[in-house]
Amino acid sequence: MATAETTRAPAKMGLVQPALLLVGAAFLLADLYLIFAYVPTERVMGIVQRLFYFHVPTVWVGFLAFFIVFVSSIAYLVKRTDVWDRRAYVAGEVGMLFLTVAMVTGAIWAKPVWGTWWVWDAKLTTTFVLWLIYIGYLMVRAYAPDRQRGARWAAIVGIVGFVDVPIVYYAAELWRSLHPELVTGPFAETGSLESSMRATLYFSTLTFMLLFVYLFRERTAQRANEQALDELRARLG
Amino acid sequence: MSTYLRAAMAIYWKDVTVEARTKETVFGVLVFALIVTFIFKFTFDPAPRVVALIGPGIAWVAYIFAGIVGMGRTFVLERDRGTLEALLLAPVPREAIYLGKLAGAFTLMIVVEAAMLPVFVVLHDLSFLSLPFAATAVLATVGLAAVGTLFSAIAVQTRARELLLPLLFLPVTLPVIIAAVSSTSLLLEGGGWREVGEWLRLMLAFDIAFLVLSSWAFESVLEE
Amino acid sequence: MAVAVSGLSKTFGTTRALVDVHLSVGWGETLAVLGHNGAGKSTLLRVIASLVRPDAGTVAVGGFERAKDAAAARSIVGYVAHQPLLYDDLTAAENLAFFARLYGVRDARARIAEVLDDLGASAWADRRVRGLSNGMQKRVAIARALLHRPSVLLLDEPETGLDVDGLAMLDRLVRTVTDGGAAVVMTTHGMERGLSLADRIAVLAEGRVALSGRTAEVTPADVRAMLTRQYQVAP
Repeated sequence: MATAETTRAPAKMGLVQPALLLVGAAFLLADLYLIFAYVPTERVMGIVQRLFYFHVPTVWVGFLAFFIVFVSSIAYLVKRTDVWDRRAYVAGEVGMLFLTVAMVTGAIWAKPVWGTWWVWDAKLTTTFVLWLIYIGYLMVRAYAPDRQRGARWAAIVGIVGFVDVPIVYYAAELWRSLHPELVTGPFAETGSLESSMRATLYFSTLTFMLLFVYLFRERTAQRANEQALDELRARLG
Repeated sequence: MSTYLRAAMAIYWKDVTVEARTKETVFGVLVFALIVTFIFKFTFDPAPRVVALIGPGIAWVAYIFAGIVGMGRTFVLERDRGTLEALLLAPVPREAIYLGKLAGAFTLMIVVEAAMLPVFVVLHDLSFLSLPFAATAVLATVGLAAVGTLFSAIAVQTRARELLLPLLFLPVTLPVIIAAVSSTSLLLEGGGWREVGEWLRLMLAFDIAFLVLSSWAFESVLEE
Repeated sequence: MAVAVSGLSKTFGTTRALVDVHLSVGWGETLAVLGHNGAGKSTLLRVIASLVRPDAGTVAVGGFERAKDAAAARSIVGYVAHQPLLYDDLTAAENLAFFARLYGVRDARARIAEVLDDLGASAWADRRVRGLSNGMQKRVAIARALLHRPSVLLLDEPETGLDVDGLAMLDRLVRTVTDGGAAVVMTTHGMERGLSLADRIAVLAEGRVALSGRTAEVTPADVRAMLTRQYQVAP
């Protein structure tokens, strides 16, 4: 592990990162155009519904990120190579960012439409619990006495948290059936989307995906360098 | 008997013997649960009609908070006196250490729970006693102890023992908390096995998932 | 080989506890590991005892590799740590009975009486560990390590807490164990004792083996020179 990598050169990103940045920026501009100029305003909810094109893609990418945490954590516990730990950690970090954006946009959107910032339906509850679990995921590393233990414990939290998600969803769903006075229904009924709206949603998702990939690669490279630096420092005593 | 069960039983029996002699944890946790229940009484002062509504919530919150305190101590003794290393040195499967410790945590929590039932009758005039409730309590406690034992083994090795355990424990066990409270409420409203069946199944699924997962993960928690 | 350590490295955070350590101990031999505090002595023993997973390198105990056959390796290792590793609220005999069950010791009752007797601890077998002095606890701790008749005995600064009688008993014990064909690895601060008791000696400095050889071929001056050795950073 550590010693095997002591002679590692700083991670080189080549041309992929700048290219990703350029393409991503172009997509982001196009996405903004689609969301604010191209797509028609939703009749019932009005202008605020445009948040939908930020909210839904960030939720999707956020959950995808935590799937990456899950898979990378298993790989780390089995193989014990630093690269899997870096992937898990960075996916957790960036996923946390996306999920936070998703919850904030969701709340802002919900207020005018439902008259409340937040409802405890299954999707929101699950998202919130996942968010809490991944705060724990990031914190357990901070509290660990050394990096290796932090990495192992975080991996366990990452796996446990992911397995927990469907159970939380089911419990929240079941709970809601006992408390029918609540506002129900998911944030968006994607089934009834007009084709231009659907196209914008997909394009926006693609854009956020590109953003995620860019951030993920940038942070993993950064973290690899951080660790290489730590090892150098250790060798210098 | 296999090595696995023999080791788990030995660890469980050792923990029970030590606890029976010192009674340190069980008394502390019981008093804590009592205080939480008592504080609820004064913060809400629920009328008899409301008690049936929020009673199950109060009971489970008091119980789970006390449980966090109790489970946090599962590895404290082993850690402070270094005996955790003695367990790790032994040629026993790490899952057996987990199972033995889990059984100890489960016993402690069930004892506390049983002792709290009469307290609830006195303080809130609320009796939960029924067979479906016993099933709810056992299934919930297995799930709580399974997750609690895993996370307390992590927390005990960190600088922030008391802080980290609830932080990791509560979000993950949310399904069990929801299920236990809902099931208890349904039973108080006159429901039976049929009404709470779904909740019991949910807790059973949770228990199995986290028993298997935690056994597998436990070795990675302990090694240095 | 009773213990074969090869290419062992371990880093804790940014501290390099062990760096490319190679050592071996034959059956019936005693290896004394010397070094200042923080030189990596305890970490080395803990890796051999499979309490610590190394970052690189292999450890084999009695031919069992730690990575492949941990349970088999553990079953033939006895380990005496700084702390006694006993439960305060159990009696000495109850502690031993508990560990006998973990190790699957046959005819445990007789064996417990035997090891307690070997260590001159029979008199306080039924007293709780909490009430025993440090020296008594140490003896019970050594009894715990010998309970399952280990073929590799690891002693981490075993002198700590022992009185003159205890030290003499320890020396006798080490000789009895090695005469029986088992190997002993002990860390110690006492250079003279180490040189007189052990067949081989290794000096650790900053996590590296600064010196290793047969005690017959090593003088106290060599050891002293190596204890303070400083390492340059490898290019």
